[in-house]
Amino acid sequence: MLSVSNLSKVYASGFQALKRVNLEIRRGEIFALLGPNGAGKTTLIGIVCGVVTATEGRVVVDGHDNVRDYRAARAKIGLVPQELTTDAFESVWNAVSFSRGLFGKPPNPAHIETILKQLSLWDKKDNKIMTLSGGMKRRLLIAKALSHEPEILFLDEPTAGVDVELRRDMWELVRSLRDKGVTIILTTHYIEEAEEMADRIGVISRGEIILVEDKREIIRKLGRKQLTLHLQGKVDRLPESLAGYRLEIAPGGAELVYTYDSQSESGGIPALLRDLHEAGIEFKDLNTDQSSLEEIFVSLVREKR
Amino acid sequence: MNFHAIRAIYKFEMSRTRRTLLQSIVSPVLSTSLYFVVFGSAIGSRITDIDGVTYGAFIVPGLIMLSTLTTSISNASFAIYFPKFTGTIYELLSAPVSYFEIVVSYVGAAATKSLILGLLILGTAHFFVPLKIAHPVWMLTFLVLTAVTFSLFGFMIGIWADGFEKLQMVPLLIVTPLTFLGGSFYSIHMLPPFWQKVTLFNPVVYLISAFRWSFFERADVNVGISLAMTFGFLLLCMAALRWIFKTGYRLKA
Repeated sequence: MLSVSNLSKVYASGFQALKRVNLEIRRGEIFALLGPNGAGKTTLIGIVCGVVTATEGRVVVDGHDNVRDYRAARAKIGLVPQELTTDAFESVWNAVSFSRGLFGKPPNPAHIETILKQLSLWDKKDNKIMTLSGGMKRRLLIAKALSHEPEILFLDEPTAGVDVELRRDMWELVRSLRDKGVTIILTTHYIEEAEEMADRIGVISRGEIILVEDKREIIRKLGRKQLTLHLQGKVDRLPESLAGYRLEIAPGGAELVYTYDSQSESGGIPALLRDLHEAGIEFKDLNTDQSSLEEIFVSLVREKR
Repeated sequence: MNFHAIRAIYKFEMSRTRRTLLQSIVSPVLSTSLYFVVFGSAIGSRITDIDGVTYGAFIVPGLIMLSTLTTSISNASFAIYFPKFTGTIYELLSAPVSYFEIVVSYVGAAATKSLILGLLILGTAHFFVPLKIAHPVWMLTFLVLTAVTFSLFGFMIGIWADGFEKLQMVPLLIVTPLTFLGGSFYSIHMLPPFWQKVTLFNPVVYLISAFRWSFFERADVNVGISLAMTFGFLLLCMAALRWIFKTGYRLKA
């Protein structure tokens, strides 16, 4: 649906925001672009949408080059920017109708009514934008982006500064859009958000895409599992028979922590438990932990530095 | 052609005028009326006729031009500067609109406003001095040309400006002096010979001269030359805007 190849951006200041980025987005998926501040997320979105000019590289939107065939390419895209940039004095209704016209669509009050209702802005339709709260302005920007029925929706940090309830509503909306066949690309700081929403995840750091993978696949591949055994007594050192395991004694000596790779599902746990029993170490309880996307992300970005 | 976009921008801009009616239309009409009271009636009655035209009537074309010029510039520059300032320009840049469509809609709206204003001032002038327009069609042509040309010029200033100060600077420091010295209130034949030559470097001289000719059939400069100069300036603005959009100057990072 969207293909980015060899995309680079060097700003006038000499700062290289993107380094030969390649990315393929599939039709109908929710793709989350994760990365720390200044990683190049907004620049990448800016180039795809035509707000920033690329230094080199190419963007193809559903078969249309976004420079040569910009009309067809841009008409398919809706952009919700990170900043709450709105006209203060315009009414909600007019602002959304304006966006639809700007993207070359004939007026369709019924469609705009549906969007405003979906985003709980209907009773505010005649209000001036300056009277709206931050969360309402965010929804207005989404309404504007959806006004021309785009096939691809970019959400740049959609839930930054949004309260928990509204965030849930927004996730709900994004899912319902995906169900209608809209391809969604969102950038986020909240890893929890990517974990909750995305089908696939891309990690960008210092202008480079360091990983693109199915969400579950990332967690499976890069996630580590830990088994913690709460012992009946204390140990201060491990017997020789257990040297072959990646076992650590937790400070205090009352717990043993066994780290194993999640790819081998059982991770040799039955053997470990047997060997523990033979060594005379008894435990009263146990629990396992799987690393979250957040931990994976932090370690990925750190490794890169 | 994305006609829906042109219509949307034009409508948006015109509704901005309606919201700021007092500032956009009423205040220039009021200040021009004051000019008529002071220069037309009070002082004007003591000034002898110029080229057979009473002074009160003589300044009418100049005053209309003065307002049309300055409002064209301020309307168009503000229209594009403000979205840049608030950040809402992202939407324009990401929309499937060509540069031509952007210019047509913004400049069209700005020119429409200043045209309405020019005609309102003409109507106001009619209250103060008896007026006869010798060539109404030419009068309108010159007014439209001026409104469009200077809206283009203002649009460029709006793109170039990166602060409210710069937005004010060009109209205040360059355009207002050029207009006052361009023969709004006098015939350039009243100047000493040396200054008569110098003043020909002022583009506004040509506009006012031709516009005044459409009223009284008297011109400081040949009407053909005036028309050519106006078109020249129009083309210059278009070429500059083309370059701006091609390079993304001050619009895109």
